Amino acid sequence: MAISSFLRGSGRIIASGDRAYKIWVGALLTLIAVGLFAYSFQLRHGLIATNMRDQVSWAFYVGNFTFLVGIAAAAVMLVIPAYVYNWGPIKEVAILGELLAISAIIMCLLFVLVDMGRPDRFLHIAPLLGSPNFPISIMAWDALVLNVYLGVNLAVVGHILFTGFHGKDYNKKIVIPLVLFSIPMAVSIHTVTAFLYNGMAARPYWNTAILAPRFIASAFCSGPAVLLVLFQVLRKRTGLPIKDEAIQKVAELMAYTMFLNLFLLGAELFKEYYSATEHLLYTQYFWSGIGPHKALVPYAWGGLLATVIAFFIFLVPKWRRNMLLLNIGCGLIYFGVYIEKGMGLVMPGMTPDTLGEIYEYRPTFVEWGVTAGIYGIGFLVFTFLVKLAVPIMSGHFTAVHADPATPAPDELGAEAH
Amino acid sequence: MLWIAVALAMTLSGHGGVETTTPSAQAVKAPKKERLVEAEKPPFTEGIFPCSQCHNLKVNGKVNPTRRELQFHDEIQSDFHHDSENRWCLDCHDANKRDVLHLTSGAEVPFTESYKLCGQCHGDKYRDWKRGVHGKRIGQWNGEKTYFLCVNCHNPHSPRFKPLKPLPPPIRPSEMKR
Amino acid sequence: MNPETPCNNSGGCGSGSVDPGRRDVLKFLAVGATMATGAACDLEGFFRKSFRELSPADVRRMVTSWERKYSRKYGKAVTVSETGPMAGVKFGYGLDLSRCVGCRRCVYACVEENNQSRKEPQIQWIRVLEMDKAHGIDINHSDVYYDSAEVPRPGKFYMPVQCQQCDDPPCVKTCPVGATWKEKDGIVVVDYDWCIGCRCCMSACPYGARHFNWAEPNLPAQEMNPKTHVLGNRPRPKGVVEKCTFCIQRTREGLYPACVEICPVGARKFGNLLDPESEIRQAMDTKRVFILKEELATHPSFFYFYAT
Repeated sequence: MAISSFLRGSGRIIASGDRAYKIWVGALLTLIAVGLFAYSFQLRHGLIATNMRDQVSWAFYVGNFTFLVGIAAAAVMLVIPAYVYNWGPIKEVAILGELLAISAIIMCLLFVLVDMGRPDRFLHIAPLLGSPNFPISIMAWDALVLNVYLGVNLAVVGHILFTGFHGKDYNKKIVIPLVLFSIPMAVSIHTVTAFLYNGMAARPYWNTAILAPRFIASAFCSGPAVLLVLFQVLRKRTGLPIKDEAIQKVAELMAYTMFLNLFLLGAELFKEYYSATEHLLYTQYFWSGIGPHKALVPYAWGGLLATVIAFFIFLVPKWRRNMLLLNIGCGLIYFGVYIEKGMGLVMPGMTPDTLGEIYEYRPTFVEWGVTAGIYGIGFLVFTFLVKLAVPIMSGHFTAVHADPATPAPDELGAEAH
Repeated sequence: MLWIAVALAMTLSGHGGVETTTPSAQAVKAPKKERLVEAEKPPFTEGIFPCSQCHNLKVNGKVNPTRRELQFHDEIQSDFHHDSENRWCLDCHDANKRDVLHLTSGAEVPFTESYKLCGQCHGDKYRDWKRGVHGKRIGQWNGEKTYFLCVNCHNPHSPRFKPLKPLPPPIRPSEMKR
Repeated sequence: MNPETPCNNSGGCGSGSVDPGRRDVLKFLAVGATMATGAACDLEGFFRKSFRELSPADVRRMVTSWERKYSRKYGKAVTVSETGPMAGVKFGYGLDLSRCVGCRRCVYACVEENNQSRKEPQIQWIRVLEMDKAHGIDINHSDVYYDSAEVPRPGKFYMPVQCQQCDDPPCVKTCPVGATWKEKDGIVVVDYDWCIGCRCCMSACPYGARHFNWAEPNLPAQEMNPKTHVLGNRPRPKGVVEKCTFCIQRTREGLYPACVEICPVGARKFGNLLDPESEIRQAMDTKRVFILKEELATHPSFFYFYAT
């Protein structure tokens, strides 16, 4: 009874909204339709519809997966500064972080699914149902921690929203330990994902001990960037009480992690270029190309430029206090990390391949389409979740107010973009 | 944290976690006894053997043992690349008994055992061949296997392998489309 | 989805009367409802255990059903062997680099013996690398696409690479579902019915020995080799990984692998590493062998050597 009224109320909230909200949802549904079409093509023909081949056997999908694990991890890690700095609306921050994490993890799992040659056999990796290769396979661990992380976040968010809807306070004895548990889990999911690459001695580009630290550092740059923009949108549209000071604290923290991220990159580049062993080839392929093979070079330098500019914007207090500059900086760092951890990680790791062959991979339209569809799903999930959570958190939407005569407050229209 | 557990678990499980059992492993057989079978000898050039058909002391008289260019066997002479600066026919072919070969010691060797003659100079190859390291064997790795004589693969008058036309290269990944 | 529609093993069902566009949508709906395709199409396959969990009776039952299925599909009597490893045998392979002329006879003999996809996708388990004599073994600057009227080309030498059947195989370690493992005789095999196609093993393999069925394999019926093995050359479905098995269907019956038989220069040696009289052990005793990428400690059962 309680659940069905919660679901009905939620459905109403999601279905209603102003013009901007409807356009946004419509656009996302279009992306999803494109994705479905592209994926049906891929299913029919096999992964030959992508440009992955034996030489570069992981590429765009896996790159996006890796990047999004970072987003998922960092979103929840943001809870740490919220605690440390005793930042006002701690509950809201934690919940928003978890909503972002849920959406990102869903995208991650979808990217893994579309990358599989036999998606119909996905249960083979499930404990009890299948035969996960524990403890030795990092991929088996990755699948496990990602799903547990998704489960924990869904439980926390579901519980808070459900109790909030019924006008009750959430059960601190359940939520606080789960939120605290999700913080180390967030670090784990990204570390395990890094280990997936890190452990492969066959690929010297990945086989570097600072890979996991780099993953965490870059996640701490890109994840909060999403949330900073989101906070401003929500503050403007819903009056969520988020102080400037809090935003600035996060920005300052991001400046430090950006420095760390660049420092680790520099350390890696020094090792590669100074020792200049045969293993330099992969780094070279990314930054300067090998002979005529230069597909990634513009992205490499574009990404680095974006990262460096963003770093200075966040570093100089006067600049980061300018909200326009701050938002540009968020966009730049997001782009920079996307390049670094997407194509900058996966493709050079496999170019040249283990027998020295250079195959220049570029995604096909099918891959772009499927990727667009998955981002569409992720953004749609996130939009719906935020649309639900904000009024519940601010007490506008509860079982008491949710009778059909009272429409949801209009200002809750289009927030998350 | 989880990854510590992973690392710990990996350490405990030793290297690799490689399993070596098969459910279908019931069909275990003991290795068979090995047996070497000689490959069919390469045929002589049509009409050339027995050599004594033409090289007949009674008909031709005395043998001229001097190294020289012959007025016959043009085919072999034109493609003679077997230390051709120093060697000639009668180093291997027996001057007096034309249907056999001979070692430097003078001992006779039938054509069917020509490898003994080859082994005289190419001792290392001969030893490798007897062990199965040089040359080729086909059939059963643990049972009846066919081995080839030197002359199955090498032309004794021009033993170096001739170049081969390679089979086509693989299709490049960029050319492999649906 | 109509449960009575004919099924194929490529993860999708289709009924003949539905037009292709609509079929896509239907197919998508099925997949969207999480892999209902697999479940609806191939119930037995979906709920079946991994090969290693099957009882001998299960294996025999599956073998019979495969034999029936393949025989129908390829129009000839196909046998699927399930012969296990022999006691006291660990396979080893030797390749004489001073002999190999790079003619690629082995590549195509392997393709024919092992029922690899001929084109789109073309799958070849043996890659022959051409390298400069002036630089020695330098895999990163090798060329697999060399083409000329004659080989060996002046100044070049050749190194065929295939699965090294490692004693510590990184591919086996990384497989998330245990669909690949090392058998007692040293052969690393793949369970084509359990592989999820994640390609972790391909990332992990330092020898480029694993190959993926990027599309439905293209195996002409008249060229299909009907003598197959469960863990070897039986036909593979789309979306799974495959690799050299030392011709498991031949070697477990005592025969030499196809690449050994075809090699025109006798560069390939094969035998039991536990038998000191075997050709491979003789080569190891009398020649100095080396292994590829020894720094990775994969401990291959595949040895290169120079006999001269």
